Amino acid sequence: MLIRSYHLAASLGLATLACGGDKAPGDGAGGASSAAARSTLTGAGATFPNPIYTKWFDTYAKSTGVRINYQSIGSGGGIRQFTERTVDFGATDGPMNDAQIRAVQGNVVHIPTVIGAVVLTYNVPGAGSAKLRFDAPTIADVFLGRLTKWNDRRIAALNPGVNLPDRDIIVVHRSDGSGTTYVFVDYLSKISPEWKQKVGTATSVNWPVGLGGKGNEGVTQQVKQTEGAIGYVELIYAISNDLPYATVKNASGNFVEPTLQTSTAAASGVDLPPDTDFRVSITNASGPNAYPITSFTWLLIRKEGQDPAKAQAIWDFVRWMSNAEAQRLAADLHYAPLPMPVIELVQARIPGSPAPSP
Amino acid sequence: MTTSLASEPSTPPDVQESRSLELASYGDRVFRWLLTLGALFIPVLLGFLVYELWQGSRLAIGEFGLSFVTTSTWDPVAEEFGALPLIFGTLISATIALVIAVPLSLGVAIYLSEFAPKSVRQPVAFLISLLAAIPSVVYGLWGIFVLIPLLRTTAFPFLRDAFAFLPLFQGPIYGPSMFSAGIILAIMVMPYIMSVSREVLLAVPDSQREAALGLGATRWEAVITAVLPYARSGIAGAVILGLGRALGETMAVTMVIGNRHEIAASLFAPGYTMAAAIANEFSEAVGDMHLSALAYVAFLLFVVTVLVNAGARLLIWRVARGSGIGSKAL
Repeated sequence: MLIRSYHLAASLGLATLACGGDKAPGDGAGGASSAAARSTLTGAGATFPNPIYTKWFDTYAKSTGVRINYQSIGSGGGIRQFTERTVDFGATDGPMNDAQIRAVQGNVVHIPTVIGAVVLTYNVPGAGSAKLRFDAPTIADVFLGRLTKWNDRRIAALNPGVNLPDRDIIVVHRSDGSGTTYVFVDYLSKISPEWKQKVGTATSVNWPVGLGGKGNEGVTQQVKQTEGAIGYVELIYAISNDLPYATVKNASGNFVEPTLQTSTAAASGVDLPPDTDFRVSITNASGPNAYPITSFTWLLIRKEGQDPAKAQAIWDFVRWMSNAEAQRLAADLHYAPLPMPVIELVQARIPGSPAPSP
Repeated sequence: MTTSLASEPSTPPDVQESRSLELASYGDRVFRWLLTLGALFIPVLLGFLVYELWQGSRLAIGEFGLSFVTTSTWDPVAEEFGALPLIFGTLISATIALVIAVPLSLGVAIYLSEFAPKSVRQPVAFLISLLAAIPSVVYGLWGIFVLIPLLRTTAFPFLRDAFAFLPLFQGPIYGPSMFSAGIILAIMVMPYIMSVSREVLLAVPDSQREAALGLGATRWEAVITAVLPYARSGIAGAVILGLGRALGETMAVTMVIGNRHEIAASLFAPGYTMAAAIANEFSEAVGDMHLSALAYVAFLLFVVTVLVNAGARLLIWRVARGSGIGSKAL
């Protein structure tokens, strides 16, 4: 009997301790956000920004105690789950179209987070490590299957001094639906009326020619192993895997190398009105320094009808995400940061009173 | 002990016994109901699966009907869908897999059950079951990094030169192709066919072999004339089991097949399968019709797989009823 009551006391004590332990991180956050601090947000969607989102959510949880649970299930899944209200926010690489917005009664704000760029990577024997140069009509014709030889005079004219072989061009594209594909074919649709009419823009399309590789790694392997292959991958992927990639002639007529700076430049080139819904495509942007195959990636947030504490927590995160430090974290992972005018527009969109800065 | 002995005479033993029997039978009943519920769960689950696939594909079935099975366009932008290249790719890649895997697996199974010394049998059988445990994404990666470069530089050019008159082996060699997918699938289904047919062969009664040998047959003749015919149905079951696996395999196939919605005569050309298309496009499918078309593909794949599996069960069941062969295989 005596022993039993001792056990009881001990376990009660432990339980109390455990409760105290649970509270600690919430207390640490303190201040106005403590209500939000105890909540956990869930989000789902785009895979392309997943590395930076993971990094952001992790850093954010450490500094504020707000846990954000993100599942990178793909943009299509993100939009679906957002529409079915199974998540607190969605994320997508391609903006919701008008029909999808009608499906949620217009109750959505697109918030751009970072900018991604898509690059052309290739395997041309004989060209060495030369950075090949392409212009819009050439790219369109290669992917439409009309330009089929590497030593075609149109490619040669763009690349004087490069030894181009008499080889077939083998197009490699993504087989899985992907935001990368969306950005690339969005560019093709803008520069080629024929592409727009025959193929169009979506996360997976009916490719006129080529092989499908699964994921960035599938495309990369296919390009690496096949002489004469050309494919497209994300800039981050090309940089971290040391792939050769092409310089592309932009809308102002300059050949621009894809970098974080030229990607950001593409976004600063677009003129956004103060009441923009941010659903803008920035491919083929007009700035002199703009790399033309770039895109925002977005968070999908409800305008209303959200639990107030959660809505507060989401917008707190948006505020944090748009500060200089968080955007620098993005650059560390090779995501191009948002340009200043876009950041200001995003911050102007955050409702309510200012929350404590992290 | 002593107290129980002392108290025994006070209650009649038969009453005590019937009480404990009643208790035991009550436990039996509960147990039986629990098991029945557990078993019922399977058909209910299957029913839900079919219902969900049917519900999901209704939009596409209404729009395309049976022409879905006979047309080849797959255009998510224009929302035009036809699954013929997918069905074709699924069946052809599985056929290539079986053409390669069946003779090899049977050879290994016959060797292991009839000819191999005892010290070899167990280790090899163990290694085979280990092969079956490798995740398919690993097979896929191995296919991309090892198999495809090897095939592209050796086997494919050889086949193209040696059998140039066959349309099967013509055209440009990319690497990822229907043929590569068939070979990967062959490697993946071999462990299943091997181990099941080995079990079936082991279950052939020794009297069969002894009778053949007694009539003057060599060991090889005994295998051909007495053992294999006896195990025929069980081996057919093993093959169909392998076929079912080949039809449904997704990850490894999509990594090596080239993923192109097209029917090509050449085995060197890229293709696509039903399972691979679903895996590739489902997560990013945004349009309702696109999703529904993928569900329709899933439904068709389900139909094909159910037919194949039912065939396999039926065959093995027939064998098991006759002689006990194959019952171990299940």
